[in-house]
Amino acid sequence: MVQSIVPEIIRESVTNLIKKGERVDGRALDEYREISLETGVIKKAEGSARVKIGNTQIVVGAKPQIGEPFPDTPNVGVLITNSELLPMAAPNFEPGPPDERSVELARVTDRCIREGKVVDLEKLTIIPGKKVWMIFMDMHIVDYDGNLFDAAVLGCLAALMTTKVPSTTIEDDEVVIDYEKMVPIPINEQPLMCTMAKIGGELVVDPSLEEDDILEARVSIGIRADGSICAMQKGGSVPFTHEEVLKAVGIAQEKTKELRKFIPQA
Amino acid sequence: MLLVEDKQIVVPGEILAEGDYHSGRGTFKEEEKVCSSLVGLVAVRDKKISVIPLQSKYIPKRGDVVIGEITDIRFSMWNLDINSPYSGILPAAEVFGKEKRELNRAFDVGDVLFLRVVDVDEVKKVKLGLKGRGLGKFRGGILIHITPTKVPRLIGKKGSMINMIKDQTRCEVVVGQNGIVWVKGKPEMERVVQKVVKTIEEEAHTSGLTDRIRDMLMELLEEGTEKTETEETSKKEEEDFKEELIQ
Amino acid sequence: MIIILTSKSIGNNDKGTLTTSSTKKRRDGRDFDELRPLKIEAGVLERADGSAYLEIGDNKVLAAVYGPRELHVRRLLKPNMAILRCRYNMAPFSVEDRKRPGPDRRSVEISKLTAEALNPAVFLEKFPRSTIDVFIEVLQAEGGTRCAGITAASVALADAGIPMRDMVAACAAGKSDGQVIMDLSEWEDKEGEADLPIAMMPRTGDITLLQMDGHLTSDEFEQALDLAIKGCQIIGEEQKNAIKNRYGD
Repeated sequence: MVQSIVPEIIRESVTNLIKKGERVDGRALDEYREISLETGVIKKAEGSARVKIGNTQIVVGAKPQIGEPFPDTPNVGVLITNSELLPMAAPNFEPGPPDERSVELARVTDRCIREGKVVDLEKLTIIPGKKVWMIFMDMHIVDYDGNLFDAAVLGCLAALMTTKVPSTTIEDDEVVIDYEKMVPIPINEQPLMCTMAKIGGELVVDPSLEEDDILEARVSIGIRADGSICAMQKGGSVPFTHEEVLKAVGIAQEKTKELRKFIPQA
Repeated sequence: MLLVEDKQIVVPGEILAEGDYHSGRGTFKEEEKVCSSLVGLVAVRDKKISVIPLQSKYIPKRGDVVIGEITDIRFSMWNLDINSPYSGILPAAEVFGKEKRELNRAFDVGDVLFLRVVDVDEVKKVKLGLKGRGLGKFRGGILIHITPTKVPRLIGKKGSMINMIKDQTRCEVVVGQNGIVWVKGKPEMERVVQKVVKTIEEEAHTSGLTDRIRDMLMELLEEGTEKTETEETSKKEEEDFKEELIQ
Repeated sequence: MIIILTSKSIGNNDKGTLTTSSTKKRRDGRDFDELRPLKIEAGVLERADGSAYLEIGDNKVLAAVYGPRELHVRRLLKPNMAILRCRYNMAPFSVEDRKRPGPDRRSVEISKLTAEALNPAVFLEKFPRSTIDVFIEVLQAEGGTRCAGITAASVALADAGIPMRDMVAACAAGKSDGQVIMDLSEWEDKEGEADLPIAMMPRTGDITLLQMDGHLTSDEFEQALDLAIKGCQIIGEEQKNAIKNRYGD
């Protein structure tokens, strides 16, 4: 991906405003942009969601397949998270295999979903050691307007919560799949992610594109419903102080409470 | 025979007139038919039909003033992004004359400049210059991007729209023909200008815009400024504006 | 009553009166000359210079256009005109069995044909040495995605303000259950005898995409071609409406 150069004027004006506790789009420092979430948007996928935060837009599809478990975890289903920063989403996104940014997004999302114990993976075992459900989660980033992480986790969570797999029985060591009887996959927890950017020494929630472009550092924190922490990722080349990290956790705990109202009701 | 109405929205390939009509901007003629090549608004002047685009990229023309951002420093010139399919160059000689100096002492990557298009050659090399009143590097302020085709609307007839904005907000406002606008004033006033400019961009194709923008400014500034112009003059402004675009 | 199916009789026929002894309803209840429900929306993405979203039947397709913009690959540059590049891509979740991400031979071919189908409509000579990039993402596939992609891409090009001679509309016809039909569904495409996707500039009638696979007699081919052309004309009107709707007209 080509790095875009940000005019010095924009860097200054955005930073100066934030130092005064204001933002270009009129938001408070800890305010999210408008969020929308729809599920079941892709009939061909067993679970799907379209999420928008501001103008950032991601379509997520979850597709289960029967496969073999990893040898070291024979009684555990498999969850694979993948993302494509499509060239349609931004002028500087290029076609080709996922670049490091895309891989980071997929891995951070995966960590939040996995360590957040969203899916009870052990219940996805069909024949221990031999057959398990593998769930492929594909994130299609179609419009990039800053803060992909929070949208990705929200979208993936919603897609998983609506994912159904056909019921299976075992006859003579063979798996019999009943497509007539679709069952929801077992959901345990509902972690969400809150991303903050450090700009002008302040922490701002849900960085917009302009803010994402000029941020000094970024931190994304995954929070479960009980307020405990399940994933973190710092980005950017400027360090955080000890106090800033603790403050960020506090903000994430508060803001993910707000995000929770967008989660589909099971 | 004219097949569309003045100010109607048309799409590429739509037949606008048959027979004795001339093809103006945004149109082409095929077998005695004038067709639109763009999504835009029809403008009929006597027998000449044009389509004013609702969306377009900036194509540099000699003499234009543009706002550009320095993207690279090379041996004897700067490269600039001028929000166009064609990037610009600013030769060191334009700034230093014959004197030899280090380029990054003058302008650095990320600096935003107000420039004039000095020349566009046959291989679309866009040469920029800084000779002229008001040209040079911007310090402070904010940048707003609009569709270049909306620039005449933002300026208004003889600067009526832009002057109204400047007077009401007490901001400095510089409009590049490439659709980049620089604004500097009190930060809260910069935001007001940003809102107003975006509204002008969105509603450029509607009528009665000058009045609505005046109202919007008054509302945003929360002070009752008296209307200085009558409806009639602003209507005339719009007609004049259309004239400008067709030419 | 028997009506001979020529382009004229189809074009002028009132659908209510068109009944022949040989036509029957299709699996999904459509008439032989009926499109699936079609929805087009222009200007759906923030970042792209132009964009469109299209649904036809259960197909869901997004198209985005960037450009004309600077071309950084010098060997592709054309001194007297812009180049138009296209990338057709299917989302992994768009089909029954998950598709591996990234281009395969099919999508590479469709990308090439899509660019060639759009090329004749665009005034490329107005932007020498630049590129116009078209991106098509199939979010859900249900037969006829290449046509859906071309139709959406053309709306996105217009939305981006790129000058064109005409829109480009695409529609397939073919044969299924022994009957020549318009706009094949996934089932009709898979189980049918022939598929004939075309793209056309509705004003001029020029055909810019032509593919066929399967088996048709020359009479059936002519019928199918007429049906596909009729489909393109209907779709062309919807393209116009989509663009005009964006500006509240």
